[in-house]
Amino acid sequence: MASKPSTSTKSKSTVQMAPKPSSFTKDEELKAYYDMLLIRRFEEKAGQLYGMGHIGGFCHLYIGQEAVVTGMQMAIKEGDQVITGYRDHGHMLACGMNPDGVMAELTGRQSGYSKGKGGSMHMFSKEKQFYGGHGIVGAQVSLGTGLAFANKYRGNDSISLAYFGDGASNQGQVYESFNMASLWDLPVIYIIENNRYAMGTAVTRSSALTDFSQRGASFKIPGMSVDGMDVRAVKAAGDHAVKWTRGGKGPFILEMETYRYRGHSMSDPAKYRTKDEVQKMRAEQDPIEQVKQRILKSKMSSEDELKTIDKEIREIVGKSAEFAQAAPLPDASELYTDILVGA
Amino acid sequence: MAIEILMPALSPTMEEGNLAKWLVKEGDSVSAGDIIAEIETDKATMEVEAVDEGVIARIAVAEGAQGVKVNEVIAVLAEEGEDASKVETLPTPVESITATEEKQEAEAPKVEPATASVSAPVMEVANDPDVPAGTAMTSITVREALNSAMAEEMRKDEDVFIIGEEVAEYQGAYKITQNLLQEFGDKRVVDTPITEHGFAGIAVGAAMSGLKPIVEFMTFNFAMQAIDQIINSAAKTLYMSGGQMGAPMVFRGPNGAAARVGAQHSQCYAAWYSHIPGLKVIAPYSASDAKGLLKAAIRDPNPVIFLENEILYGQSFDVPDVEDHVLPIGKARIHKEGTDVTIVSFSIGMKYSIQAAEILEAEGISVEIIDLRTIRPLDMETILTSVKKTNRLVTVEEGFPQSSVGCHIASQVMQQAFDYLDAPVITIAGKDVPMPYAENLEKLALPNVDEVVQAVKQVTYK
Repeated sequence: MASKPSTSTKSKSTVQMAPKPSSFTKDEELKAYYDMLLIRRFEEKAGQLYGMGHIGGFCHLYIGQEAVVTGMQMAIKEGDQVITGYRDHGHMLACGMNPDGVMAELTGRQSGYSKGKGGSMHMFSKEKQFYGGHGIVGAQVSLGTGLAFANKYRGNDSISLAYFGDGASNQGQVYESFNMASLWDLPVIYIIENNRYAMGTAVTRSSALTDFSQRGASFKIPGMSVDGMDVRAVKAAGDHAVKWTRGGKGPFILEMETYRYRGHSMSDPAKYRTKDEVQKMRAEQDPIEQVKQRILKSKMSSEDELKTIDKEIREIVGKSAEFAQAAPLPDASELYTDILVGA
Repeated sequence: MAIEILMPALSPTMEEGNLAKWLVKEGDSVSAGDIIAEIETDKATMEVEAVDEGVIARIAVAEGAQGVKVNEVIAVLAEEGEDASKVETLPTPVESITATEEKQEAEAPKVEPATASVSAPVMEVANDPDVPAGTAMTSITVREALNSAMAEEMRKDEDVFIIGEEVAEYQGAYKITQNLLQEFGDKRVVDTPITEHGFAGIAVGAAMSGLKPIVEFMTFNFAMQAIDQIINSAAKTLYMSGGQMGAPMVFRGPNGAAARVGAQHSQCYAAWYSHIPGLKVIAPYSASDAKGLLKAAIRDPNPVIFLENEILYGQSFDVPDVEDHVLPIGKARIHKEGTDVTIVSFSIGMKYSIQAAEILEAEGISVEIIDLRTIRPLDMETILTSVKKTNRLVTVEEGFPQSSVGCHIASQVMQQAFDYLDAPVITIAGKDVPMPYAENLEKLALPNVDEVVQAVKQVTYK
């Protein structure tokens, strides 16, 4: 998972070395721990509710990848925009969206972020600058580039983060967007969450070039591969990319080498990888466990203090599940609302 | 043997042009490849090259001549050994020139318009309830109407910008964006690479954050590359977000058949987009509607598909001479009142309808023509009111017949006004074939005036 040096022999390589992660302060470690654990517990609960039939349709869990969005959020500032694909619950929570509203959307209730009309894959929050929540693989890359276009058009100093996976990385519109973003120096960071599998297809079976940090080479977009299981590495790379992009140098690509513990969606039979592979990742590289061990080892906090955090999070998540099951279904009249503005 | 040099066509739809400049005079010797003249239309200029060697025997059309018809003899070339002073004009046209286009549509071979038989109809915008009687009118082309609509809205609202292929430096593949770059600069008039899916998505993203993009597709045929972003992102986001954010934007460009550009460049997408909740779909016929509705579309907070027609771009219509000519989206216009039959059409379908009505009126059949203008939301009220009066309905469009706009209207009329119908509704559409290239086959594939006349006679049992 360590960052790798450029494999290009040309001196003009766009690939950069990921910066060495610096140590987190106590506040940073605790924030990372809290934010990642909230995502983990929330997703576990969502999985349970799905199993009980309270959540329908598709449900893609973020478990294992928590360090990516958590570290990136620590690198950006208010006003910056976030957009992602369908594996989006973690991004919403990291953006500060209310767990009750997210869970209630998962159960398809009126109190959900989209009044129950979006579901797991389609939630948005203008207030938190979260732009979805998109179900067509790769579409969010063009849309996120458009958010950057708008920032540049308005002359503000906001940037956009467009998250997508190793699977989406093979979609044509991703490269159409790379080209224009580079041509026009748009302030967008492309975050490729390489969790090794596009649904059930391993990157080696789907991608001719599996070093995704090089995917911007044809468009002169610099990129780096980052240990996406280490929140400090993510934050350090994020800081670098944010500085580059906000500084007017145009787009940047961050390949986050990460791993999802759960299946692609709830209905994934997981025949394409071994249980050992998953177990090894969990045991050796779990992003939350890494932070926890650092906190305890450096005595930033005690086991008891962390348990207090765990308890608080369990309460928040438990409450969101209760809320999501108690909230009313959308009124039938909602069927015909929000189709057109002013109609 | 003398050779006639003919006025060339710059584009598939060009019918006439101006002879801007002669670069040779009578008595000059020319070689093949020499540039002998410059010609221009409102959307393009080009140089005329000599293909043969010889001496310019006669210049038949003076420099500065306007409205020179395509294939008119503009000069006569005497071949070597011939006495240039004794050359007479020959009746048989000879292909003696090629055209090197400097500015042309990126598309298309240079051919005669297949639609030449459909000349500009006599009847103009008859009565528009949204334009007060007595309003002063100016005659402008649809192209000028679209151009001024965008310029006016861009002056008004800083958030409006135009993005697409060749919209800026080239001045628009069809010159609809002419001079916008000069007035608004390259921040607001954005040339893109040839990458419809990508730039449509970027525009939707910009719209989601509150800007108001106008996306120009060089033709709607190319919007097929971008249709996922138009439908899945632009049309559905408002609903999926529970009303939190949508895409206030316009997708516009020429739609439907031009002239002899083949199957991949000749499709009408009105029915396709009209299928989608979350979109508004406009397909104007007249310049007045083009201007008033494009301005309305740019101001509308929803994604609007604005379907233009290349053949109509150069046609002139009366447009209200008012400072801010805006028309309501979703309202059909009764183009002509009548009592015996209702014809419902839109865009270039109106031409067939209007000409058929002229023929039918002469035979004593009173025709009411409704120009839909907006395909979605569809103004069923105006259609139903008319059908309840005339009891007969014919729809006319150029798109494919299955699941056409006419099919939908027929179904709605059947469900809502069955007892008023005195004959089955006839839906005239393009034929159920990919558009052929050959001139005769293309004519057969499109609707024509006679089909409309016959359909009206059928539903009126005449």
